[in-house]
Amino acid sequence: MTFALALEIVLAAVVLTGAVWTIASRETLPAVAGFVAYGLLLALVWVRLGAPDVALTEAAIGSGLTGALLVSAAARLRSSEGPMAVERPDVILRVLAAVLSAAVTTALAISVLLLPDPAPTLATAAAENAAATGLGNPVTNVLMAFRAMDTMLEKIVLLLALVGVWSLAPDRLWGGRPGPRHHADPQGVLAFVARVLPPVGIIVGIYILWTSADHPGGAFQGGTILAAMWLLVMMAGLTDAPPVSERRQRLLLLAGPVVFLIVGLGGLAFGDAFLAYPMAYAKPLILAIEFAMIVTIAVTLGLLVAGPPEREAGS
Amino acid sequence: MSFALDIMTIVAVSVSAFFFLAGTVGLLRFPDTLTRLHALTKADNLGLGLLVLGLLPQAESLRGGIKLICVWIIVLLAGATVSQLIAYAARREGSQL
Amino acid sequence: MTEFLTTALGFILAILAVGLIRILRGPGDADRMMAAQLIGTSGIAALLLLGTVSGVPAAVDVALTLALLAAFTSIAFVKKGTSRFEADAPGSTEAE
Repeated sequence: MTFALALEIVLAAVVLTGAVWTIASRETLPAVAGFVAYGLLLALVWVRLGAPDVALTEAAIGSGLTGALLVSAAARLRSSEGPMAVERPDVILRVLAAVLSAAVTTALAISVLLLPDPAPTLATAAAENAAATGLGNPVTNVLMAFRAMDTMLEKIVLLLALVGVWSLAPDRLWGGRPGPRHHADPQGVLAFVARVLPPVGIIVGIYILWTSADHPGGAFQGGTILAAMWLLVMMAGLTDAPPVSERRQRLLLLAGPVVFLIVGLGGLAFGDAFLAYPMAYAKPLILAIEFAMIVTIAVTLGLLVAGPPEREAGS
Repeated sequence: MSFALDIMTIVAVSVSAFFFLAGTVGLLRFPDTLTRLHALTKADNLGLGLLVLGLLPQAESLRGGIKLICVWIIVLLAGATVSQLIAYAARREGSQL
Repeated sequence: MTEFLTTALGFILAILAVGLIRILRGPGDADRMMAAQLIGTSGIAALLLLGTVSGVPAAVDVALTLALLAAFTSIAFVKKGTSRFEADAPGSTEAE
């Protein structure tokens, strides 16, 4: 039993225990805390598998931002948690759900274990063509050059999700401000953290974007950090959530997909195909798209966590 | 030279593991939320600092080393402030029981 | 060196697991808020060790991200983990 194997067994055991515990928990708040811990453990697994880009995304979004979102949901459900706990589904339904989950897991495990070794992959083709964009990070190459269409569509899906969240507002509050008004003692600890941490966070977020050209990183992960810092400043009451109808905010939300679309159409007009980059300009074009995207992602994710409007726009 | 660096890593990581252990023992054995918070924040942050110190010689470049120290400073700042907030929340919760 | 660091990593993982179990069982919401704190310290320690052991230098970037996001998530827990009425009531935020 080598050290490496023992380590992987320990890691897998801890991850599985965390997952089972989170599902089995009876109250919402411990389950959310367990979920955040599970996200961290998954990030560890990704690092172990040599995928730091995915680990970055898991730590930032899967664990951090989603954790905050779930805590808000848990807080809202708190008043109904008592009555709901009495209404658990009966044993047969739960056994059926367990059997179904186990069947899906087994099918997945079998299909992964039966893959030929080495598994069929396009990774070598992507690595061979890496010189086309001049970027050193193969993941960025795939995301921004070879499968740029997928990335662009994902950003539009994010926008649609945001519109979906906004549509949960009651009619009379449409256009209002999301979330409650937060207050904090301006001399207190929370205000202090909200003044000191965001500048550091902004630098780290932009660094993660900048370094994604040659090292693991990306606009998505950087944007998530920026969104978290913005939410932190809002939670400390140092700034208020902007009303949903604000024009400048909507322009920022559109900036990413629009720049992407313009570059894509430019590729159609001046090049071979939609989203084709001319070889000489590939890197600056990709950087321009990524900078527009990080702004959009930061604003979108921040607004997604802030939620639907709950107050009048003028308050 | 590299042997001395290795010794430094081993010593620092061992002491850091000891502090993590101490923090967790405190977490398990202390009677009440505030004391558990104390064990968690003080011992674990110190353990992380020693760990960063131990991993500095193993960092592959100056940039990596600077990033390690930045991680520690951010965790220290966050830990010091957030533990205060949790303590206020715990006291508020306790006074309502 | 790698074996030593791997052992240290296994140790820290075990400690993280034990700490999580204790915290998530603890009576009261304040204990659950400490979970994000625990992740911020022990989790980052495990991440840094794992990066060195597996030869993934970008693990430090993941640790940077995690440090910031753990701070944010802890504060979100504290802010929203207490019931909404409490968090918005006048006077309850004076301590903050």
